[in-house]
Amino acid sequence: MGILVSNISKSYKEVKALHNISFEVKPKELFGLIGPDGAGKTTLFRILTTLLIANEGKATITGFDVLNNFKDIRKHVGYMPGRFSLYQDLTVEENLKFFATIFGTTIEENYELIEDIYVQIEPFKNRRAGKLSGGMKQKLALCCALIHKPKVLFLDEPTTGVDPVSRKEFWDMLKRLQQKNITILVSTPYMDEAALCDRIALIQNGEILQIDTPENIVKQYSKVIYDVSANNMYQLINSLKAYQHQHSVYPFGEFVHYTDTRSDFNPKELKTYLEEQKLSNISIERTQATIEDSFMEMAK
Amino acid sequence: MNSNNVIQAEGLTKIFGDFTAVNAITFEVKKGEIFGFLGANGAGKTTAMKMLIGISLPTSGAAQVAGFDVFTKAEDIKKNIGYMSQKFALYDDLTVKENITFFGGIYGLSKVKIKIKTKELIDDLGLDEVANQLVGSLPLGWKQKISFSVALLHEPKIVFLDEPTGGVDPITRRQFWEMIYRAAHEGTTIFVTTHYMDEAEYCDRVSIMVNGKIEALDTPKKLKEQFQVDNMNDVFLKLARG
Repeated sequence: MGILVSNISKSYKEVKALHNISFEVKPKELFGLIGPDGAGKTTLFRILTTLLIANEGKATITGFDVLNNFKDIRKHVGYMPGRFSLYQDLTVEENLKFFATIFGTTIEENYELIEDIYVQIEPFKNRRAGKLSGGMKQKLALCCALIHKPKVLFLDEPTTGVDPVSRKEFWDMLKRLQQKNITILVSTPYMDEAALCDRIALIQNGEILQIDTPENIVKQYSKVIYDVSANNMYQLINSLKAYQHQHSVYPFGEFVHYTDTRSDFNPKELKTYLEEQKLSNISIERTQATIEDSFMEMAK
Repeated sequence: MNSNNVIQAEGLTKIFGDFTAVNAITFEVKKGEIFGFLGANGAGKTTAMKMLIGISLPTSGAAQVAGFDVFTKAEDIKKNIGYMSQKFALYDDLTVKENITFFGGIYGLSKVKIKIKTKELIDDLGLDEVANQLVGSLPLGWKQKISFSVALLHEPKIVFLDEPTGGVDPITRRQFWEMIYRAAHEGTTIFVTTHYMDEAEYCDRVSIMVNGKIEALDTPKKLKEQFQVDNMNDVFLKLARG
């Protein structure tokens, strides 16, 4: 039994933070909640970790109800909030000891679970948590969330503000934890991390847009996307947006992702149009959709 | 200095005690260029940027920003650059209009000019309905667009964007980049730091700092070719992991 969420809604005064959210996370699954700031990710985490009560709906964590069995849930879940929430004035080791003691265990008892993460910060074990770099803070927070050997791990935007090297290491760690029979629910605003999850839910404005494997979400994207580039990016974007047959125009790094409203779209026509707009070095090539394309199409 | 360069740095160095945070970096940024300044946490990016915006005196080397020397004309640099960061941008408990007036005043714009600029900015971003609302009540994406526009109020030659777009949805993020393209197209130089390598792909050229040094500097396309990978994230990982 992993996580079961059915018809959860939550409002703050007139603001609807979550609207009728339902999904299921299977045991040992790495499930991603992908959406921007304000989508409702943190509200959902707080409900599932029993820190907040939903207005409507039901949720269970490893079979325990978030309302009736909140004490059981707290024993069996690890939670890493988005904001660094360890004690800045305690050292690395003191923080870890503190959390172990709170949960009635010791560092030694569950050391095996955190070992390959903790060894990376052990050289700094006498340093105060407040003085650690972003990447190290994140590793310590993960150790503290794991020290009582939880069955389910909740990670709220663990990689926000962390550099690419630390992000990569962090995702590698999550994959290893999954092998140790831990169910993981992780949220991120970064679409490129979606591909690293088993399944994902795309969420925006308190509503789930789609739930599936990253591969299937991309597969279900129905339009043909073209990578368009030219000598001047700004003029290219403006020209494409002004084109009468455009369905979507989104800058994507050195290219613009373009989709057309017509099913019999001929790239040559578009090229002629762009040349008339005084653009040069025009290239139009078919490309694959990404999770970001899918998200934008659904959020449109 | 080549008059087409808005930043020119040569051997720029900053040493704290026995730690060399920035180790003799040399690079230039051209007028109207979108320049990405990348590096891992602790690589020296922030220290380098502080020297370039005139709030930290270099230990050695030379640099000119917007035509002014970082050693002797730091105050002129501050007047001639724009700055925006995700961490601090606007005052949440002032309205949109008040923020514009405040920052216009800080940069020494006349009352008439502030009035014109306020109207321009509000029309441009379609903010009519929220112009008198507190900035704190607006969605993050709007705040980012407003703070970018505010950073451009005094028509600086160059704008420094310090991790500007974290957390917003992909559509809003692209609208923000379209604003950046427009500013660059109109001749403003853009200097941007980011942790997100997909954003690095939007830049004309990027530099990557590792342990205080610039280890790579080129267009994203050429860097990808050089490292034989298909995205900037892999370029970064190859460089930063050594």
